[in-house]
Amino acid sequence: MLGLNKKDTLLFWIVAALALLAPFILNPFPEGSSLAQMFNAGYPDLMQRFVIFGILVIGFNILFGLTGYLSFGHAAFLGIGSYSAVWMFKLVGMNVIPAILLAMIVSGVFALLIGYISLRRSGIYFSILTLAIAQMCYNLAYSVLGNPSSNFNLTNGETGLQLSLDDARILGESVTAEGALPVTNFFGLAMRSSYQMDVGGWLFTFNAGYYLSAIIMLVSFYVSIRIFRSPFGLMLRAVKSNQQRMNYTGLNTRPYILAAFVISGIYAGLAGGLLSSMDPLAGAERMHWTASGEIVIMAILGGVGTLIGPVLGAGFNEYFKNILSKINDNVLHDWLGFLPDGFENLLVGFLHYFVGKGWHLTLGIMFMLVIIFLPGGLVQGGQRIARLFRRKKNSDETQQTPAE
Amino acid sequence: MGILEVKNVGKRFGGLQALNNVNLSVAENTCHAIIGPNGAGKSTLLNCFVGKLIPDTGSVMFDGQSVLGRTPYEINQMGISRVFQTPEIFADLSVMENMMIPVFAKRDGSFRMHALEGMMGEKDIVEKAEAMLEDMGLANKREMQASSMSRGDKRRLEIAMCLSQEPRLLLLDEPTAGMARADTNNTIDLLKQIKEERDITIAIIEHDMHVVFSLADRITVLAQGTPLVEDSPENIKGHPKVREAYLGEAA
Ligand SMILES: Nc1ncnc2c1ncn2[C@@H]1O[C@H](COP(=O)(O)OP(=O)(O)O)[C@@H](O)[C@H]1O
Ligand SMILES: [Mg+2]
Repeated sequence: MLGLNKKDTLLFWIVAALALLAPFILNPFPEGSSLAQMFNAGYPDLMQRFVIFGILVIGFNILFGLTGYLSFGHAAFLGIGSYSAVWMFKLVGMNVIPAILLAMIVSGVFALLIGYISLRRSGIYFSILTLAIAQMCYNLAYSVLGNPSSNFNLTNGETGLQLSLDDARILGESVTAEGALPVTNFFGLAMRSSYQMDVGGWLFTFNAGYYLSAIIMLVSFYVSIRIFRSPFGLMLRAVKSNQQRMNYTGLNTRPYILAAFVISGIYAGLAGGLLSSMDPLAGAERMHWTASGEIVIMAILGGVGTLIGPVLGAGFNEYFKNILSKINDNVLHDWLGFLPDGFENLLVGFLHYFVGKGWHLTLGIMFMLVIIFLPGGLVQGGQRIARLFRRKKNSDETQQTPAE
Repeated sequence: MGILEVKNVGKRFGGLQALNNVNLSVAENTCHAIIGPNGAGKSTLLNCFVGKLIPDTGSVMFDGQSVLGRTPYEINQMGISRVFQTPEIFADLSVMENMMIPVFAKRDGSFRMHALEGMMGEKDIVEKAEAMLEDMGLANKREMQASSMSRGDKRRLEIAMCLSQEPRLLLLDEPTAGMARADTNNTIDLLKQIKEERDITIAIIEHDMHVVFSLADRITVLAQGTPLVEDSPENIKGHPKVREAYLGEAA
């Protein structure tokens, strides 16, 4: 289908089904139950994060997964995309499409510039250059270009760039009839509008912003499959494998890597533009080096260089971040109430460090476990399970038909 | 006037004069061997032909154009392909993918952004790569990962990759170094066959006299960065200076 082979088509449809049915899949527990509070994830803002970070990591994987060039500053493009989109809302109009397009263009231009500089080096030096440049961008956004009292306040510093009641938009009003800020929309369809479906005790929310993001994620995913399977993708894998051989085969590696860098920068800008489209607020923390690190972690967690890994990695990371930060001491006491008091308090006191604000610790441990036992990420885990099943099935078959 | 003209080439590494006043002319459609003891400067000389090193003095002309100051990929696009001392292939990729890359490079030049075209649309590339694998007896290893092949097959693949670009000059740096006897003989047969079937000029560096005498039309003996003699294989065998400087050492 659409120029994909059978296997890739199947993969695409699996991801499409997961994305489009996410409001059901992520809300397995009836509304109001304690399990729902903890484990349901079918809320618009969380689901939006799943697919938007999916886009970010899909793009990152085109660079890191195919060429092996580890950018440690990719969050810069996420931030640049976010700011660009908010400016589009402030100056032009509240439709998300122009905002997203501008986010992609601006981040693409920055990626070209940053890539051109960083790609003068390779390996660890390339990573450090991207890290340093991204941290410069962060500082520019946080203070230099964000002084609220200056005439040139691009980012609004600590507070972050947001809409205000006196934005003079070319298309559309500054303030709604009710005196509120206008909302972001897709040709009139408000991003925050939702349709709720009540089935028995279950509540499913279908949010416009989520579905727009999910469709864009699917398009991004499709484009990434095409890139992976294209001659260009082959060249990128050749870069990772042996640059020396490439050079002596008449291929100029630099523009290939730069192109991959720009493409992944545009993906990140798209993700940033979408984040702002869901909630028109852009802050410098989106560009912080820890955010860049998280992109790397999501990519490795899912499976570097695989097609579906980025989607899995982003989903896994966001899901557990959400759950773990929701668990507090009260919840722990609730769960461990059956234990003798002294023991219960001791255990809660211990677990306290791993949940709530301490979610980093647990996620860090999970990350370590994946790296150590599944260096190929969650995809490798999936493959192992699949192989296990296949072997079992095969041995069943040989038992049934011994005379063959 | 040869297809490759090397004039007065010199190269220093710190205190070591690795090449000193090297003159060399490789005639078109011949096989020219460069021999000499270890450390004579053979690889250094080859590196000066392909843009890996720039000599301190002298000139290197390929087909009337200077190669000095050009990058390796530009020199390759001029028509020079190189086989390395240890096979340089795309170890992580399949044999077929290895084979397609040089074919793409030949057709599309040093860079082309064909990001959304599928491989199905590249029939001519696939066919050419497949034909080359067939020619080289690698067709049955098409889907194998290149890193899992034997040393001899890796060498064969590397040569196939170079040949698929239809280079006018093929450079080989000790193609049989570290190979078992059987693999060495296979490689000699392969190179002989290439020489007979194609219009191609070959410059080969070799340590193994058996290989040299079964392939070369002309031989240059290099010692301590300077050519001692250049002559036909028959004359080289009997040359007293060569026996002393090189063959004598081996015997
Ligand atoms: N990049 C380099 N830097 C310093 N010395 C080098 C370099 N390359 C080669 N040499 C030295 O130059 C001499 C010739 O080396 P080489 O051309 O590799 O010899 P061979 O004839 O065995 O291929 C050797 O003494 C080697 O140590
Ligand atoms: Mg050598």
